[in-house]
Amino acid sequence: MSSAGPVRGVLLGHGDLAFGMADAVRQITGAGEDVLIPLSNRGLSPETLAQAVQERLGAEPAIVFTDLQSGSCSFVARRLTQQHPQLAVISGANLSLLLEFVMKRELPLSELVPRLLWRGRAAIGCTPAELESDEHRAVSR
Amino acid sequence: MSIALYRVDERLIHGQVVVGWGNQLHPQRIVVVDDNLASSAWEQELYTMGLPPDLATEFVDVSAARDRLRNWRASGEVVILLTRDIESMRRLGGGGALAGEEVNIGGIHHAPGRHQILPYVFLSRSESEELRALARDGAHVSARDLPGTRRVPLEHLLTPEHGL
Repeated sequence: MSSAGPVRGVLLGHGDLAFGMADAVRQITGAGEDVLIPLSNRGLSPETLAQAVQERLGAEPAIVFTDLQSGSCSFVARRLTQQHPQLAVISGANLSLLLEFVMKRELPLSELVPRLLWRGRAAIGCTPAELESDEHRAVSR
Repeated sequence: MSIALYRVDERLIHGQVVVGWGNQLHPQRIVVVDDNLASSAWEQELYTMGLPPDLATEFVDVSAARDRLRNWRASGEVVILLTRDIESMRRLGGGGALAGEEVNIGGIHHAPGRHQILPYVFLSRSESEELRALARDGAHVSARDLPGTRRVPLEHLLTPEHGL
């Protein structure tokens, strides 16, 4: 997968989630509205949603961020990777991962995506720490 | 337990099915009945990514599904059966194969030629005829997106005020 940054981001979610997360990213980073473009799947068929995502993808490399790994947003986005060789899909997106994207989107996809996955996974924790069982720690490794 | 849910939903396996209905019904298997998907391994893989490892999935065409209905019903597993369009469910239920069963319309969205019936149900005239045919074959057809929402029976979906 070759790439020439900056990478474009499309954030796809249920309800108003994507709009709220994109707003939070802009509030924290001051990123422009075209850096991370939010979309909702509300009331849209898979075909209509795919078309809406397509319209927001340009010629540059892109990442579609989705909320649920087994949701319709993720399915639609994964399907688009067949037509877009410079498109990656990251499901289960959280705010830390999206902030990292905005800061590092000049990197090629091959470096950026692993970094974002690491950041997103590392951002999940709990207090008190002992509630995270050994069994669950083992799963997360 | 047999087939706990027969559902028509354009999105097939997605959040409302896995989380919404899944938490209510605790399915052990999801069967997707679709002629195209049954022969498309890569699309099947896309649909099953991220599902719980103890949830089995199966993709079959309508003809094979008609042959296997009896097996799924007798399997002892809790099964959710999905089609992405009304026509596939009507073919599945042809000749009374779904007689007495509740068929759930869970998500048919806006497209040219469709009329809005509910926020999550848009139907064309031909789709409304398919639903009537399914009902004539003995299925109890209704719309409901999630277990906790109102069940809307077929006779309230297909009315003159909806142009159907």
